[in-house]
Amino acid sequence: MRLYAISVYLFLYIPIGVIALFSFNAGRNASQLQGFSTKWYGVALSNPFVMDALKTSLTVALTAALLATVFGTMAAVALQGIKGPVRKVFDLLIYVAVMIPGIVIGIATLIGLVTVFDQLNPLIAAIWPDGAVPPKLNMGMGSLIAAHSMFLMALVIIIVRARLSGMDRALTEASSDLYATAFGTFRQVTLPLIFPAVLAGFLLSFTFSFDDFIIAFFVAGSETTLPIYVFSSIRRGVTPEINAIGTMILAVSLILLVTAQIQLRRGAKPDR
Amino acid sequence: MSIRTRNWLLLAPAGTLFLALLIVPLTVVLIFSFGERAPAGGVVPAFTLEQYANLPARWTAFKNTLTLAPIGTLAALLIAYPLAYFLAVRADPKWKTILLILVIVPFWTSILIRSYAWIFLLGGRGLPAILEWMGIDGVRLINTPFAVLVGIIYGYLPLMVFPIYVSLDRLDKRLLEASSDLGAPAWRTFLQVTLPLSVSGIATGCMLVFILLMGEFLIPAMLGGGKVFFVGNALVDLFLQSRNWAYGSAVAVALVVIMLITVTVYMRLISRLGASRDDVAIM
Repeated sequence: MRLYAISVYLFLYIPIGVIALFSFNAGRNASQLQGFSTKWYGVALSNPFVMDALKTSLTVALTAALLATVFGTMAAVALQGIKGPVRKVFDLLIYVAVMIPGIVIGIATLIGLVTVFDQLNPLIAAIWPDGAVPPKLNMGMGSLIAAHSMFLMALVIIIVRARLSGMDRALTEASSDLYATAFGTFRQVTLPLIFPAVLAGFLLSFTFSFDDFIIAFFVAGSETTLPIYVFSSIRRGVTPEINAIGTMILAVSLILLVTAQIQLRRGAKPDR
Repeated sequence: MSIRTRNWLLLAPAGTLFLALLIVPLTVVLIFSFGERAPAGGVVPAFTLEQYANLPARWTAFKNTLTLAPIGTLAALLIAYPLAYFLAVRADPKWKTILLILVIVPFWTSILIRSYAWIFLLGGRGLPAILEWMGIDGVRLINTPFAVLVGIIYGYLPLMVFPIYVSLDRLDKRLLEASSDLGAPAWRTFLQVTLPLSVSGIATGCMLVFILLMGEFLIPAMLGGGKVFFVGNALVDLFLQSRNWAYGSAVAVALVVIMLITVTVYMRLISRLGASRDDVAIM
């Protein structure tokens, strides 16, 4: 039994370990170890395409995760106090957002936004003052952030709600009995209690957005995110540089994830 | 400000986001699936079932998805169950949390990089080279259904382990003792006590994995080398290469409908088995 567990863990971690090991390979050949070196990290980090893609990925992930966390927490708090059709509609939307495959979300966002933009662009051009060049709505960073925020918001709502439903109602009631304003109660009672879940939601959202390939592939327009860059480089062949980029991506998400897990677990046991 | 107004204000951004980026886009897909292809690559509004009638043209993609997704789900279940059992029943409580986190974490790291690792391992100089050294020649692993299956199991194993673990962890361990005290051999205890009580976890895990597999693109793209392709790969081709939006929309709608039907039928079957459904999110 224990041997079995160990072999499954090996199965889960050997591939990751191999990538990390080969990223420190000194040789140019991607699949033959020729001594230890960190030179491929240098090569990756001085490649302007990689740095551009990294910048795009970080901007998108940070913005989308922030929007998703703020809007998602707001919605979760409101849904806690609502019953009836509005709540049913939101439950359905959250369910749909999470269940629909990412690839369908990507496709729908692409053709939905392109169709809407095609209608709006002539309109904007018509009302724009003569002489100035009217802005043109296009697929790009904005559409990518929007698509990620929508999906991640559903995720944040689920996480925060789970925490809210485990919360002792008497606490908020006591606070309002003691004449705290609604906002005061939220800031001083609710928020500290749900904060681990909110933080975990943010970290998971960031990781998801940073790692996402399939939605970005459809809606990023001419922008290149890091996963898109890696995907197109792999098609051109395996190089030690990709191993180095891959190892960095894995390291970033591992750190964020472990933090998120610790926060969620801390959140599950309220400190008294 | 009344509580009602406050709640509306709190829900407004979420509602707007859902409307603009979920409801409207999905409606556009539905409308386009009944349209006709425009010469320039867009869609001419129409009401025709032509695109749906044409679905058999992509039959191979559907066939591959509908065979490899269930096989992958089953394989993941068979590998995941003993591990979940070990974690819930046998593992030292001191190490439980760490071991559990170690299972969950890979799921949330880049599936792209993790599939790439298998290109590396299954490619010419990976496992085949080791096999050759052992005297087994001419084994081709990469770009085969086997490679895709390995990628699937590797990618989705954590998602399967977690719900099963939760259901086994909740199981009252005294039931297992009672069963063996009454003289039942271990295999009988497992078949008549443990397994029935973990059906809800198995059901949740299988459903989650199956749903995600239905929309998979990356694993077949990376490890199937264009020979083993899923509906997801057909969709990428239709939308990004051949730009046939009307037909692509019909394929997307068909995929979602097949998914919904399978999930509904599956849920019915499970609830007939008498298990309660529980939503365990993998977080």
